[in-house]
Amino acid sequence: MNLFDIMGPIMVGPSSSHTAGAVRIGLVTRKLLGEPVAEAEMLLHGSFAATGEGHGTDRALVAGLLGMKPDDERIPSSFAIAEEEGMKFHSGTVTLRNVHPNTAMLRVKGKSGKDLEVVASSLGGGRIRICRIDGIETNFSGDCPTLVVHNLDRPGHVAQVTTLLYQYSVNIAAMQLYRNVRGGYAVMVLECDQPIPAEPLASLEKEDGIIKVTYLNLDE
Amino acid sequence: MAFVSVKQLLAAVEEQGLPLWEVILNEDVKDRGVVREDSFRQMNALWAAMKSASEGYSAAARSKSGLVGGDGEKMRRYALTGNGIAGAYLSGVIAEALRMGESNACMKRIVAAPTAGSCGVLPAVLIPFARANKTGDREITSALFVAAGFGQIIASRASISGAEGGCQAEIGSASAMAAAALVCLKNGTPEMSACACSMALMNLLGLVCDPVAGLVEIPCVKRNVIGAVNAISCADMALAGIGSAIPPDEVIDSMRSVGDMMPACLRETGTGGLAATPTGAAAAKKIHGIL
Repeated sequence: MNLFDIMGPIMVGPSSSHTAGAVRIGLVTRKLLGEPVAEAEMLLHGSFAATGEGHGTDRALVAGLLGMKPDDERIPSSFAIAEEEGMKFHSGTVTLRNVHPNTAMLRVKGKSGKDLEVVASSLGGGRIRICRIDGIETNFSGDCPTLVVHNLDRPGHVAQVTTLLYQYSVNIAAMQLYRNVRGGYAVMVLECDQPIPAEPLASLEKEDGIIKVTYLNLDE
Repeated sequence: MAFVSVKQLLAAVEEQGLPLWEVILNEDVKDRGVVREDSFRQMNALWAAMKSASEGYSAAARSKSGLVGGDGEKMRRYALTGNGIAGAYLSGVIAEALRMGESNACMKRIVAAPTAGSCGVLPAVLIPFARANKTGDREITSALFVAAGFGQIIASRASISGAEGGCQAEIGSASAMAAAALVCLKNGTPEMSACACSMALMNLLGLVCDPVAGLVEIPCVKRNVIGAVNAISCADMALAGIGSAIPPDEVIDSMRSVGDMMPACLRETGTGGLAATPTGAAAAKKIHGIL
């Protein structure tokens, strides 16, 4: 942990895991969706479900989905702001298998109709982990620009994506590959050192065999 | 890499011949690859945020559960009468710790130092100190580097999470950090800061994390008071030349082993200690039933 993981962050209370971490989960989900959220279903698991309301976890998730950061003083009134902005949401509880006690499952639909399901955990001190995207296991922190590509599980797609990043001088810090079954549906997660420009992202989406491109843009 | 022991930190101070806070700042600059000014500015912003959090306290605010709120104002009014047993500075410290703890519970913006639950300890000793001694922002920011430096060592050797190590890891760590910072503000030696840190941690060793209804409210708000008052007494002891009988690194290591031995019911699960009392359990039932 660096010096400012100990002193700080500046955040809206009461809990770094149940409030600040929850805002970040909402915010990363919003960024992965890549457009304003029109509808959201928030399902809380474990300690999030048990003490979430008292800690404002539900308001924190909504605040994040609206694009707020953990130090935003509007977090406590996020429900009213969501209503003003026309974002529909409802929350409930869920029991997930093999996850951290502070975990949320978010199903969101964007203004253009694009949808996304994210399962993420709050690890303490405001740090989070994205554990699942659209039902496929992932493992990344949301701390750096991250590209998530859903594609058919067949040769060439990894080379296609990495070549494209190379052409735009984007360095890959970490890379993970997942799939449901051999020859089925695959996901690659690439955490990068530099932001990825819009053009390669748009061109990737048009490629044959690539189903969905999701990008966590931290500069947005 | 940051310092992994108090011994190593004190050796670096000796070797570099720089003030304690500057050695810690230099290590942050190296660790994160930032420039000095940015590191200092970032710490100074935390101090500014602590002050504005204090100013933003609302006496009328209550936490969503309704369990806490308003006590910081009661204490402030009492402190103003001048009849307090503790005297002006200490009464002000108690009031400040309550205010910050309550602000956190009421979803106001605070500075986690090191955690949200222990956010009241450092501002509680620093804000009244700066007011009473007309201390400038630069000096307080330097003292925050000292606090963070010791906190970082505690986090690396033990823990600053209540879920991992109990309240000794949260309020205990915050208190140890505040004690070291106060010594720095009184121009004590780096060794004195280390002793103050060590004694503060020793005094709160074994403190359990037993929040009623699992919320950062009872007893968390008032535990910020004990963390702050303990920091002041340990800083004064160290400045008087009183040493820590057990070396700081060994105290930190023992905090870890005590935390490891603590049953889960006393580590932020809201199932043991005060949370399990008839009153605590009834409050939990009422809150989670109604909310």
